Amino acid sequence: MSTLSAALLVLADGRFPAGGHAHSGGAEAAVKAGRITDGASLESFCRGRLHTAGLTAAGLAAAAAAGLDPLGLDAAADARTPSPALRAAARRLGRQLTRAARAAWPSPDLDALAAARPRGAHQPVVLGLVARAAGLGPLAAAYAAAYEAVSGPATAVVRLLSLDPFEATAVLARLAPEMDDVAARAAEAALRAFDEGLDALPAGSAPLLDITAEQHAAWPVRLFAT
Amino acid sequence: MTVTETAPTPGAGLRAAARIVAAPDGRGGTALPVLEGAGPFALRRPRSYGHEARVALVGAMSAPLGGDRLALTADVGAGAALCFTTTAATIALPGRTGAPATYDTRLTVGDGGSLRWLPEPLISARGSDLRQSTRADLAATACLVLREEQVLGRAGETTGRLTTRLTVRRAGRPLLDQELAYGPGAPGGWDGGAVLGGHRAAGQLVVVHPGFEGSPVAPRVLGPLAALAPLAGPGAVVSVVAPDALALRRLLDSALSQLNAVIRAF
Repeated sequence: MSTLSAALLVLADGRFPAGGHAHSGGAEAAVKAGRITDGASLESFCRGRLHTAGLTAAGLAAAAAAGLDPLGLDAAADARTPSPALRAAARRLGRQLTRAARAAWPSPDLDALAAARPRGAHQPVVLGLVARAAGLGPLAAAYAAAYEAVSGPATAVVRLLSLDPFEATAVLARLAPEMDDVAARAAEAALRAFDEGLDALPAGSAPLLDITAEQHAAWPVRLFAT
Repeated sequence: MTVTETAPTPGAGLRAAARIVAAPDGRGGTALPVLEGAGPFALRRPRSYGHEARVALVGAMSAPLGGDRLALTADVGAGAALCFTTTAATIALPGRTGAPATYDTRLTVGDGGSLRWLPEPLISARGSDLRQSTRADLAATACLVLREEQVLGRAGETTGRLTTRLTVRRAGRPLLDQELAYGPGAPGGWDGGAVLGGHRAAGQLVVVHPGFEGSPVAPRVLGPLAALAPLAGPGAVVSVVAPDALALRRLLDSALSQLNAVIRAF
């Protein structure tokens, strides 16, 4: 589980063709509302997202990678995603990731989940199964989810605000120790979930992300899907 | 009212529990065969309206203080109806030791039962540290209306630390599970643009009704900082962030009357 593997780099690469580039993780709505205006407010946005939605996604991904029942995890993901716009986006991203991963790391578990959830399972659950198929463990799956939780908004804000890409990358670098912490907590919770059930998984929630996702989904013109 | 367990543990704080059991009274109304509370929990019975029994929690002392362990349980039996309110806001205050306080609420509602859980806000005072959890287990045809409000700091005061988890399960399946964590010592970014954006009040209104099974409520934007959303099951949640408790309650009240109208039409 703690063995380094290049497969994690392939999976977490922003160029992995799983559709993530079309999502800002709530950053587009936050920019419009004036809540992200510069590097400092981007950092605080990303930090909040990492410790809430990011931790929750990392827990689900770690649990799927550890071998917990993906359908149970999919229901747990639904309950942890009160916004219907975000549930729909998570399933769409799960479907896109499934498609890419079936070519990269074919797996009967992934095929079974795709058959049970033809419209897509929640992306973090799929991510965990893909990590498992790629020979990665729960901690690596949690890392991929935690990184994705902040890399999406940071990249999006470069486009939305014409923020200096060096500055956006510096934000990610400053958050790296907290990503380590979130991934470790998520993997630890996934192991506890084996004994205590799925309630042991994190359920961190960010009110503004949930509220603004519904508003953003209703915009007639937008740059990003979420 | 009977005294249950008030055990002042040396240096640790108070342990107190309260329990409410609601059951059909056999004449079309609801009886309260168990209504017991100790320490900070004084339970009163206002006049009931028709079918529904009412219970009001009167804060009998300052709680929760750091180190306190409070537990509140309500069981609404099949076919019974209960409305729970509190007469004042609950204020989390610092204790002598700096230990966190816990406040755990456990709710169950049987088939055809109805629970309206409408307490006043929780205020997190400066220096306090409270871990709160609310868990509702609903039978398939149970009905729930539940409001929670968090106010960060009293007027002009910085907030304490507050972690609160809200879990609703229906027919054994998770319907809503969310944890909010605010204040000094909470994971970073809680005050940033993804979570509270500098606001000092947040609230949730959860409505579960079997009628939503066939006709789920449509998502609705209730303002720049409030949204009504259907859950992945027969329920809806209203999430609100507001500058203060008053603005928060105004939005939640308006959402509650909209949802009440939907429920009455089922």
